Amino acid sequence: MSAHESADTLLLHQFDDLAQQKESSTLGMWLFLSTEVMLFGGLFTAYSIYRILYPSDFAAGSRHLNVMLGAINTGVLLCSSLTMALAVHAAQTRHRKNVLRFLLATIGFGCLFLGIKGYEWHDDYEKGLVPGINFNWEKAQAGKANKLVVYDKERLTGVKFDDLKSSGAGGYDQVPAGRVQLFFLLYFLMTGLHGLHMIIGIGFVSIVTFLSWRGWFSGGGETQIEVTGLYWHFIDVVWVFLYPLLYLIDVRQ
Amino acid sequence: MSQHIIPVRTYLIVFGVLMGLLVATVAGAYAPLGHFHLAIALLIAGLKAVVIVLYFMHVRYSSRLTWVFSSAAILWLAIMLFYSIGDYVTRGWLDIEGK
Repeated sequence: MSAHESADTLLLHQFDDLAQQKESSTLGMWLFLSTEVMLFGGLFTAYSIYRILYPSDFAAGSRHLNVMLGAINTGVLLCSSLTMALAVHAAQTRHRKNVLRFLLATIGFGCLFLGIKGYEWHDDYEKGLVPGINFNWEKAQAGKANKLVVYDKERLTGVKFDDLKSSGAGGYDQVPAGRVQLFFLLYFLMTGLHGLHMIIGIGFVSIVTFLSWRGWFSGGGETQIEVTGLYWHFIDVVWVFLYPLLYLIDVRQ
Repeated sequence: MSQHIIPVRTYLIVFGVLMGLLVATVAGAYAPLGHFHLAIALLIAGLKAVVIVLYFMHVRYSSRLTWVFSSAAILWLAIMLFYSIGDYVTRGWLDIEGK
């Protein structure tokens, strides 16, 4: 660390030097993030098991999601990660104006993501795809192409259901539409938990932006902004997996 | 351990790579890949995650201890996925009454 950059950083007495002080902060965030991996991991595990048991039902449910909006949202999150990384860079090089600019851009992209996601959730509700509130598979399917309706009518009559039941694939007594409901249940839980993290992340970045603007942090807020960035990028990584797993199961029908 | 400042140019290249991988994700979903859709999709998602973790999250330039912390999460996740999925997919393989 060069002298002019470390000169403005407060060293707390329990640390040997600034590098150790900084590393203890980033390690603390990494430890928290590994518990977050476990939190999302439980949902990913449930998703994997039910997708293996009911592959065609998951594919049928997935076809109701908007691939284009999902792709745009992935792009929006990647942009927000770039601006977050540039905010960390600006803090490291002590460009205070750029720190504020890039943090505000990150908040903006985060809000844009939530806006698009909210529009999608509303769309899902209109189609009748929300389990426990208005799930109506026949209505949802009627909104799609005729070919698909016939395909799923066959499945709704349960022709292959007995075969599936006797194949030893768990023996769960559910009508096929119930399995599609399971897909949407997981979809709303996973995107919902991710959305909650986005809201927390936006709040987190907003507080750090405000405190940076007030000049609250020593060392240009370098460590604080970096730790905030770790949390933000983690949310991006989760979405990187959610997008293909939920939206792109089998789009070619 | 001295602090490493990643140049802006690197961040922009990484961003370009990530956007390219996003296009590959969508293109891969529509491409005729037979049974390999999931494998390709997970491979691309994994690549994206690794690039984000190494560069945006600075793990590439961090201490070995940070590597251990970040890998541990993946290790525990792999254990959870492996044993849970292993349980469910092997049920019914043995012909046991009532199982």
